[in-house]
Amino acid sequence: MRVVVDLSRCQGYAQCAFLAPDAFRMHGEEALMYDPKPDDAQRDQVLRAAAACPVQAILVDQLEGRDVPVEASAS
Amino acid sequence: MTSADNLRAFKRAGRIVVVGASLAGLRAAEALRDEGFTGSLTMIGDESAEPYDRPPLSKQVLTGWVSAGNTTLPRRRDIDAEWLLGVPASGLDLAANHVRLADGREVPFDRVLISTGVRARPWFVESEAALDGVFVVRTREHAESLQRALAAGPSRVLVIGAGFTGSEIASVCRERDIPVTVAELAPAPLVGALGAMIGEVAANMQRAHGVDLRCGVKVTRLEGDAQGHFRRAHFDDGSTIDADVAVVALGGIRNTEWLRGSGLAAGPWGIACDTGCRALTLDGLITDDIFAAGDVARCPNPVYEYRLISLEHWANAVEQAGVAAHNMVSGQAERWPHLSLPVFWSIQFGVNIKSVGVPTFADEVVVAQGSVSDRRFVAAYGYRGRVTAAVSFDNAKWLDHYRQLIETAAPFPPPSPTPDQPVDTKPVPVDFPGPDLLAQGATVVVTGNDPGERRVTAVQQHHR
Repeated sequence: MRVVVDLSRCQGYAQCAFLAPDAFRMHGEEALMYDPKPDDAQRDQVLRAAAACPVQAILVDQLEGRDVPVEASAS
Repeated sequence: MTSADNLRAFKRAGRIVVVGASLAGLRAAEALRDEGFTGSLTMIGDESAEPYDRPPLSKQVLTGWVSAGNTTLPRRRDIDAEWLLGVPASGLDLAANHVRLADGREVPFDRVLISTGVRARPWFVESEAALDGVFVVRTREHAESLQRALAAGPSRVLVIGAGFTGSEIASVCRERDIPVTVAELAPAPLVGALGAMIGEVAANMQRAHGVDLRCGVKVTRLEGDAQGHFRRAHFDDGSTIDADVAVVALGGIRNTEWLRGSGLAAGPWGIACDTGCRALTLDGLITDDIFAAGDVARCPNPVYEYRLISLEHWANAVEQAGVAAHNMVSGQAERWPHLSLPVFWSIQFGVNIKSVGVPTFADEVVVAQGSVSDRRFVAAYGYRGRVTAAVSFDNAKWLDHYRQLIETAAPFPPPSPTPDQPVDTKPVPVDFPGPDLLAQGATVVVTGNDPGERRVTAVQQHHR
């Protein structure tokens, strides 16, 4: 699954790092590092993290791989 | 037909071309469909990959945690577009309304969005830039090859340029326990963006993490061995340093060369626009069908005396994409202005650095709350007695408060909003390097006498 975090909105509440620790990690006290392509096995945890984010900074792919450009799919 | 009929017909069956298939282009395409645009949508991109996110490239990709190929951007919705990827645009014809591609194809449009972004500024000597072990970081291919070089365990990495990207790369090197030297022409890291006070904090932070930081020096030559591998760098003070990897982090060049001769106000500074992301012609007249968004757009900001500002910020690309898309399918009375304050972040040495506003638009800076020695504080920037920007180190929760101060032109210095009072509350001069470091020289000339004949002509532009 694909994920992006709007880090200009993120305020380091770290809810995501508690709920999906394999996908979201705190770097120091406040900075967030994340895996933009977490394993599908983590799907439920990542969705819970996205829902729990107090500033709603986590965007999860709504398409699940549809509408992938033809030229790009080969690379 | 009225203009409302025209607009309805355009929204139903018009042709929109987006040049630049990265964050701004993708988000604009999604917003166009959200706005009810059902006509044809063409996405042109010089890279062969579908849109991907760049901020992780200098962070979690270089640490080796995330593979460079895994940063493809999630989609908010289906955009039903035709994708022309792997070929750059080479020209824009405003008379015929088509985009020319480098392979000779012509793509017709009714309206076009330009979101071609920036590319990495390469090392200025081509033969030295081509040495094995010399890198820039802008694309996922760049990040992937630098990650491999770092994983090989180099004896030392030289980072040229201590802006945000260079500082983040130095931070990753220390995290991977790789010796790193950072060379910066200015007196301190980040000083061009955030001024001398934050520069000193950043310099102390780098040294505390074991970075060999050398400021006020210029790298004059990159030397290779007989096999063409980078081995040594020469400085203008006569000293040298031995390293296996050099990362050139000297900022970006806006991708506007392809617009030369198009008649748009495009140059090394970006593409001049109104707040609605509509591009200006070289004469400074507004266009109706040409829009720009993201790193390449240069828009006026009323909060900063209507100065034209271009920003290489993630959130700016997202917001301008939304405004541009809305305005591309809206009539005059419904258009939106892009009035957000710039917001920026950088993660380095375990600290979350964020800013709101325009720190370079300031004459004084003050620590408004927290503790500089703990590297947990907010600095407020002021210009002629009003708050114009704020920078936080591990204090991001407070930036929204400062955003409101900036938007309401609150007096500077502002009172501390918390009991977390700083030791020293006296403003100091902000002290940026002079504008001569940034000046580009003349880029246009004005000709003609009668008002009907006055025209602006572009001067041939040279990149340093």
